[in-house]
Amino acid sequence: MSVKKFVVGCFDDEKVLFPAVSKVRKAGYKIHDVYTPFPVHGLDHAMGLRETSLHTAGFIYGLTGTTTAVTFMSWVFTKDWPVNIGGKPHFALPAWIPITFELTVLMAAVGMVLTFCYICQLAPFIKKHHFHVRATDDLFVMVIECTEKTNEEELKNFMAGAGAKEINVQVAETGWWIGRYDREQQLYKEPSVA
Amino acid sequence: MSLIKYESPIREPLVDGHKTYHDVTEDICHTIEAKPTRLWYIGFGISVALLLFGVYSVYREVTYGIGQWNVNRTIGWGWDITNFVWWVGIGHAGTLISAILLLFRQGWRTGVNRAAEAMTIFAVMCAGQFPIFHMGRVWMAFFTLPYPNTRGPLWPNFNSPLMWDVFAISTYFTVSLLFWYSGLIPDLATVRDRAKTKFRKHFYGVAAFGWTGSTKHWQRHESLSLVLAGLSTPLVLSVHTIVSFDFATSIVPGWHTTIFPPYFVAGAIFSGFAMVQTLMLIIRRVMNLEQYITLGHIEAMNKVIVLTGSIVGVAYLTELFMAWYSMGVYEQDHFFKYRIAGPYGWSYWLMMTCNVVSPQLFWFKKLRRNIAFTFIMSIVVNIGMWFERFVIIVTSVYRDYLPSSWSIYYRPSIWEIGFYLGTFGLFFTCFFLFAKYFPVIAIAEIKHVLKTTGETYKNDMEGLEKMTDEQFYEVTHHDDHHDSTVKVAQH
Repeated sequence: MSVKKFVVGCFDDEKVLFPAVSKVRKAGYKIHDVYTPFPVHGLDHAMGLRETSLHTAGFIYGLTGTTTAVTFMSWVFTKDWPVNIGGKPHFALPAWIPITFELTVLMAAVGMVLTFCYICQLAPFIKKHHFHVRATDDLFVMVIECTEKTNEEELKNFMAGAGAKEINVQVAETGWWIGRYDREQQLYKEPSVA
Repeated sequence: MSLIKYESPIREPLVDGHKTYHDVTEDICHTIEAKPTRLWYIGFGISVALLLFGVYSVYREVTYGIGQWNVNRTIGWGWDITNFVWWVGIGHAGTLISAILLLFRQGWRTGVNRAAEAMTIFAVMCAGQFPIFHMGRVWMAFFTLPYPNTRGPLWPNFNSPLMWDVFAISTYFTVSLLFWYSGLIPDLATVRDRAKTKFRKHFYGVAAFGWTGSTKHWQRHESLSLVLAGLSTPLVLSVHTIVSFDFATSIVPGWHTTIFPPYFVAGAIFSGFAMVQTLMLIIRRVMNLEQYITLGHIEAMNKVIVLTGSIVGVAYLTELFMAWYSMGVYEQDHFFKYRIAGPYGWSYWLMMTCNVVSPQLFWFKKLRRNIAFTFIMSIVVNIGMWFERFVIIVTSVYRDYLPSSWSIYYRPSIWEIGFYLGTFGLFFTCFFLFAKYFPVIAIAEIKHVLKTTGETYKNDMEGLEKMTDEQFYEVTHHDDHHDSTVKVAQH
């Protein structure tokens, strides 16, 4: 985790945001992230993000559930403790379908949610830097990382030209830390906006 | 600007009023930030009182045994399992709305899915109590879990439908909870970022897991929701199927029928939607959400009710037909002498009236869009569905194989009724807390569909439809139409 300097531009309309994203990318600036109040379809492609493979992980978790259920029940009923239930076969595959199915779904769902929380670094008591409080309300917040070559003023003017309504510069920690939202716990104070 | 020039006049706006994104946040969050009203305290107080009575009833049952209830050797399941199946059935609408309607791309689900999912979770919590306490020695409940124990290890019987139930209900509860909460995280972040008080900042800060709204996170969130919806769809069908197996795999006449799984699933959706209606009609009124839960939403749910009610009706008639057609003398006696007639015949006809006859009134559009009528019907349907389970359980067993053990006079004891009332207490206690402290409507999802289904959009579309093709081309193909990213945005 590291502390970096960012130029933050806030847009109030996704129709302005899309051309702005492509302009910024064409100009060669590095978009750190765009924070939106709801999933804006196509924004990930516009930003050049690759598809998530979370669903593949879910498939693997599901298969794990299927295998666990089938192997466990066959082991119990054919090896560990074969119970004679009215002379019925010990290896009673049709009767195991319900539990196998439930375990498949359970493992896929639990596994996916945990993976989602892990890769997005989400958990209770985690605190992150929020570039704008209205990013979860009605603003689309585009955050551009400044490198040593970046000319801040130029970038700010560029953002204004692309349609940003509110522009500022922030120095922020990009990762998370353990903290509470009712306390001032920004690890690094923002410098006064130039 | 849309690429489509025509908008179906049948589709009503899903969000009334000319809302901006901020209006949506404001409308849904203001009840969380306001002090609870007197009405809320009264409702919450009644719910807690019912819950406490339920706890006392359960205490009596645990301390003195199942004898506190009037169930007997002939009617072993009585009210207890009736209530279990009834609550599980109610718990089906939430996942149906959030999962199946998501896969079917039904936009109207966004207004009601959050509260319906919460309802699902609370209903399953209530349902779970009944089989657990029906065990009698409830402290042995963990024996159903397959863990390496010191009794051999002796494993539970995985071939038993009752064991399948343990897996089905617990999986259903877990998956519904995860689905519901993962959808809540972004909305809790919205509440957190608006919070003014210290407590709210801390509470919603913890609850929102540090959500920022990053595009990558949204992308994963969408993928997660879609896969969870895909998983929940067969899951919700499997759960009531498995509950019906509790009956259908037995050899009791009246239970031993192959029609049970689809019949139970349809019944579950039927009663679940009725409960959603009951709750939504109150919520939209009390919390001023009429613009989000519109008459269109209510009508759509009433259509589901009339459809599933008719499926249930066909199932009832099929059962009677099969009893007659099978020429099985026990099956015939059972249905024609003991179920539709006999000492419990009244419950059958009450069920028929509430579930099959009365929902047919929803074929009339006027009645589908009548709030008072819908509210009454939603309660009638749930009474009918309770009696459906009562009919299935009690009338199938009260005259069993030995006339000496026939039991015609089953009446629940006060502690049996108390347990049922207690689950109402639990359900409404949870629901009152949810309605007060959580966003009852999925804020992010509403914002997502706002621009394509809101009233402003609909009005704009009317303008577009009047244009000539040339004018339409002018408006929609503006200067950056060659830009690939804009095309993506319009999808």
